[in-house]
Amino acid sequence: MATIRVTAGGDAALETRDVSVFYGSNEAIKQVSFEIPRNKVVALIGPSGCGKSTLLRCFNRMNDLVPSARVTGKILFQGEDLYANHVDPVEVRRRIGMVFQKPNPFPKSIYDNVAFGPRINGTGGNIDAIVEQSLQQAALWDEVKDRLGHSALELSGGQQQRLCIARALAVTPEILLMDEPASALDPIATAKIEELIHQLVADYTIVIVTHNMQQAARVSDYTAYLYLGELIEYNDTNTIFTAPTEKHTEDYVTGRFG
Amino acid sequence: MSPADSDKTFRHFDQELGEVRELLLTMASRAEEQVRAALTAVKQRDAQAATHTIEADHKIDALEIEIEERAISLLARQQPMAIDLRMLVAILKISNDVERVGDHAVNIAQCAKRLAEAFPIASLDEFDTMAEDATGMLRDAISAFVDQDPDKARTVLLRDDKVDRANDAVFRVMLALMAENANAIVPGVQMMLVARNLERVADLATNLAEDVIYIVEARTIKHHVADHELEGEHDQ
Repeated sequence: MATIRVTAGGDAALETRDVSVFYGSNEAIKQVSFEIPRNKVVALIGPSGCGKSTLLRCFNRMNDLVPSARVTGKILFQGEDLYANHVDPVEVRRRIGMVFQKPNPFPKSIYDNVAFGPRINGTGGNIDAIVEQSLQQAALWDEVKDRLGHSALELSGGQQQRLCIARALAVTPEILLMDEPASALDPIATAKIEELIHQLVADYTIVIVTHNMQQAARVSDYTAYLYLGELIEYNDTNTIFTAPTEKHTEDYVTGRFG
Repeated sequence: MSPADSDKTFRHFDQELGEVRELLLTMASRAEEQVRAALTAVKQRDAQAATHTIEADHKIDALEIEIEERAISLLARQQPMAIDLRMLVAILKISNDVERVGDHAVNIAQCAKRLAEAFPIASLDEFDTMAEDATGMLRDAISAFVDQDPDKARTVLLRDDKVDRANDAVFRVMLALMAENANAIVPGVQMMLVARNLERVADLATNLAEDVIYIVEARTIKHHVADHELEGEHDQ
């Protein structure tokens, strides 16, 4: 039985109930139930193949794009089932944004990358203002404000990743999912992304998958440890890294296996 | 110019480390106040003030636990390196030493209670000077930590021998007094204990000063390690 010591106290940004994910007949996630509190950073950790990215992708229905994938159980976003028939996955992905491992800016200008979402959503208001605000929030504005018309591909890897974060923020999501957002970056760019996470959590709920345990320890409020698709322990990050409840978690965070 | 000068990155870690340092300063200031209050109770034969001092010690103990928990959390979660690592390790050691300063203040306050009821003996210049020196060392060691000033820390180290000699002097004078007058035995023993506790406070102030030098210069100077290293070089 998993040790779960985190409750959202009725203020969950996301909640899973007995969620399982199958790829064909392979059960990649096994009946995971937990709550993600609002305006907190939750890290999903575990060895390769434990299902952490699969679980993350459930949260904005990215698994819909994998033909063999099947999700059972319930994922509640503000009390509503994300997988209910009437729910539009595109709207889900607007409200629950995602940042990927490899920065993937569009081959367009810096400005157009950020303006892309608001334009196709037909968002009212001043696009210039949205672009500036999003770049400010992503801590990139000062570095690019004089060259908004330049190609996004001219930016460094770390800047491209922050641009992708700005692009995600431009459509005013409530939750940001981050799948190994710094694993392709050098230590300085990584530190910038981590500081950014500390700042963003005031306005957003953040779920981050990382294979870098130290990063999970640095940036998250709560940590969920998964192994072979099972949620082994979900606890405040301090406990996970100083005195985990489960022996299995301790063996993993101390590097005894995995 | 170091890279840090041109492009200083704000670090969440600095904020958390700053909070732990603030807690340690609060704790150290309280411990220093406790020692001074206990000494005043000795001087003024004030049993009530001594009792207050004894009762206030738990606040220092609680701070030690909080500092320890937060420092361990930072070690586990932030993987500090270089000066950050030295600072955190030193904070753990200093908080332990400061907690012991608090315990010595309690010991002195307990002596003060017994002295308040004992046969009065004349105040002793050697003791007054010792009390000033030992509390002054503690104050300056804390100040060296606040300013991260190894030179100020070194001035603390130089004063420890004087306090040790004063302790010996108080011991001898009290022994002579007790030999002359049996009434002086109870207060004489208590004054010896107070002096012994003050001598320990000065030792702990010395530890704290050594930790400041370790943080800033990354050098271990306790147990005269540097001297031994020098001797080793001469041998070769």
